[in-house]
Amino acid sequence: MSVVHIDRDDTGTRIFLFGIQVFPHLRIVPDDTQFDFMRFRRVSFPMSAMLSIMAITLFFTHGLNFGIDFVGGTLMEVRSTTGPADLAKMRITLNGLGLGEVQLQQFGTDTDVLIRVAQQPGGEAAQQAAVTKVREALGNDVDYRRVEVVGPRVSTELLAYGTLGLVLAIVAILIYLWFRFEWQFALGAMIANVHDLVLTIGFMSITQIDFDLTSIAALLTILGYSLNDTVVIYDRIRENLRKYKRLSMPDLLNSSVNSTLSRSIITHVTVSLALLALLLFGGQAIHSFTATMMFGVVLVGTYTSVFIASPILIYLGVGTGRDSLTSES
Amino acid sequence: MFYSRLSAISILLTAFVVCAFAFPNFLPKETVQSWPSWAQRHIVLGLDLQGGSHILFEVDTDAVRKEKIASLQDDVRRVVRDNKLGSPFTVVIRGNSVEFRVGERVDPQFALSKLRELSQPLGGILSATGQRSIDVVDAGGGLIRLTVTEPAILERIRQAVDQSIEIIEKRVNAMGLVEPSIQRQGIDRILVQVPGLGNPQELIDTIGKTAKLTFRFVDNSMSPQQALETRPPAESEVLYGTKAEGGRPYLIEKRVIVAGEDLTDAQPGFDARTSQPIVNFKFNLSGARRFGTATVENVGREFAIVLDNEVISAPVIREPITQGQGQISGNFTVESANNLAILLRAGALPAKLTPIEQRVVGPGLGQDSITKGKLASYVGAAMVVIFMFATYGLFGLFANIAVAINVAMIFGVLSMLSATLTLPGIAGVVLTVGIAVDSNVLIYERIREERRGGRTTINAIDAGFNRALATILDSNITTFIAAAVLYFIGTGPVRGFAVTLGIGILTTVFTAFTLTRLIVAYWIKWRRPKVVPI
Repeated sequence: MSVVHIDRDDTGTRIFLFGIQVFPHLRIVPDDTQFDFMRFRRVSFPMSAMLSIMAITLFFTHGLNFGIDFVGGTLMEVRSTTGPADLAKMRITLNGLGLGEVQLQQFGTDTDVLIRVAQQPGGEAAQQAAVTKVREALGNDVDYRRVEVVGPRVSTELLAYGTLGLVLAIVAILIYLWFRFEWQFALGAMIANVHDLVLTIGFMSITQIDFDLTSIAALLTILGYSLNDTVVIYDRIRENLRKYKRLSMPDLLNSSVNSTLSRSIITHVTVSLALLALLLFGGQAIHSFTATMMFGVVLVGTYTSVFIASPILIYLGVGTGRDSLTSES
Repeated sequence: MFYSRLSAISILLTAFVVCAFAFPNFLPKETVQSWPSWAQRHIVLGLDLQGGSHILFEVDTDAVRKEKIASLQDDVRRVVRDNKLGSPFTVVIRGNSVEFRVGERVDPQFALSKLRELSQPLGGILSATGQRSIDVVDAGGGLIRLTVTEPAILERIRQAVDQSIEIIEKRVNAMGLVEPSIQRQGIDRILVQVPGLGNPQELIDTIGKTAKLTFRFVDNSMSPQQALETRPPAESEVLYGTKAEGGRPYLIEKRVIVAGEDLTDAQPGFDARTSQPIVNFKFNLSGARRFGTATVENVGREFAIVLDNEVISAPVIREPITQGQGQISGNFTVESANNLAILLRAGALPAKLTPIEQRVVGPGLGQDSITKGKLASYVGAAMVVIFMFATYGLFGLFANIAVAINVAMIFGVLSMLSATLTLPGIAGVVLTVGIAVDSNVLIYERIREERRGGRTTINAIDAGFNRALATILDSNITTFIAAAVLYFIGTGPVRGFAVTLGIGILTTVFTAFTLTRLIVAYWIKWRRPKVVPI
């Protein structure tokens, strides 16, 4: 295949680059693809099962890097006003305060430091006292850019609400899908998307990315968007089930996935572009949020709707009896 | 495919009006000030963007509960004494109840009926339920048990929070902070948000002080050291001085001569002779009378000024103070004298407040976040717009116009609601741009499919729109459910994300169903195309 290829006929000129049409319109996915996606289910199902087990194992062995939202404690982002921050000196100063382990970490530039003080024994008031101590110890050498103190009661509640929120969202969406489709579709979408969440949690465990309230927001958004994708394909499957009465189920699913493939890819490119901009330019404050979302929406979401959510319908008994119809004809 | 003139106009008008609400955000405050209030509404920047302090306080509900039970004990003792029902000393607190043993020669039914008079029907919204404030039961064997009901305690906590909010407002306003917001959260919590405040330590100290002020006599029957080593007399207690005062112990009578409630004013000032900072105060009539009598009878004795169980100072009474005015000195700085005056003017909190969550963003980080958020939005939007144009050409341009109007409408709705924009909220807008074009992609891909299926140009476009819309609705509702859940569980910045995401979905569905279609319809009318240019 040549690098550049020009096609001229009576409808106009078309230019291809590496086989992809770039003029007059960018066409990432050629028209009328005929990929046999369903055949991959013998690979994708065991692979997903294995990855899910790995993610769950990681969650229990490695755990998540819970931020202060969920375990309580103090987080301070400071910027040195006297040139690059002297981490070693700050570490000695802060560890001498008797506040237990104080973690310091360079944050973005060499003047910025992130300080974490573990939750103090002695209830709510002790947390506030810890901040005062740190502020006194560091004095005016630093500029306090961010200070967050979460007491034991609030952190317990936030964790409970976060978990409850995820469960509620899953149940609410399940009910909606059940209402709009047949129950097999609702169940299939749910299995696929719980699988997304499990893999994303595995990703957060491996990378030890901060797990805080914004992570819950990221997980819920991943849930929403993965479903968005799945629903688009399911809509087409439902339409085709009515239209083609004599098509075998794997063929019908393949045709549905293929005809929505171009849309899936284009949408994922636009979402990825938006997320990429946030990841590169949005700053540290939303970095873990966008990184998680990038993984969940872009990597896992697309794969799931094509390779898990669609073929699982075969196992859930959608369109059983179709194969025999095809062999008759 | 085509709209009647009326529906076309109403679609455009809706979009225009919603977008117009975003307008005040771009105007200087002075210009907007003269407008009616509904037109002035604008987006509020979250504390993570403009910098400031967010502090969540919790009311000490245990103390409220205990106080309620202690006051019940006092009431029962009074009833017992007045009606000669038995010995007031048998009235004891046991757990959450007050128990009383009826005297031997008293009819238990009579005692019961007298004590039942203490129980009031609950007022307010609870009055309809017939709930009463106290349960009075005969526990048998001459024992009567009185329990404060749970609704009565909750009602008291609610009152305590209301009072606290009022007092906090006074204190915060007196501190000269700009646009503080003080709100109740849940049953027993108060959220204080102050934009622009980078170090809330002073605020926390000021709000967290109960500020219970009492004037009491110093007990000279033994020295404080002696009292510490042995036992203080029953009617006295050992209290320590404030840090500024020296922190030494005092033996102070428990009996209160005058308390903070009797103050009508407190102002910082300077002592005429020593020019030290002091606090001048005035009593109301009854306070002035009581203080006057006490000082007349006790010239030469020391009395202590006690704030939250700390002795501020213990001056000697040189002459009777009958004018109802006086001054407190206690090695104050100008600042601490001013703070004490603020606390005294605002009054005492009904219960202790503890900060349980504190989130502070400095002005530097806030500004950085705005800059970064803007940059990310521009780059993200530009990339999506270019990609859409490259993929769909003219129709990509239509999609881009729809997305631009979509974003303007998001800001319009946010302004209408006076919603708070946070950094995750900005991320929500950027994400909406990526997602909003999805509706156009769904429509366009469907059109291409329909055309390949052999339909004529206009037929294909029409079918593309009709078939894609059901899918657009289905796929957006699932995301909307996630956003709604996030709104209810989230606080602060995360809630800001849920808000923009949710509004973004609504405006996306609106533009997909109406605007894009309208633009394409007018284009078809105008150009009468032979082929679909996508």
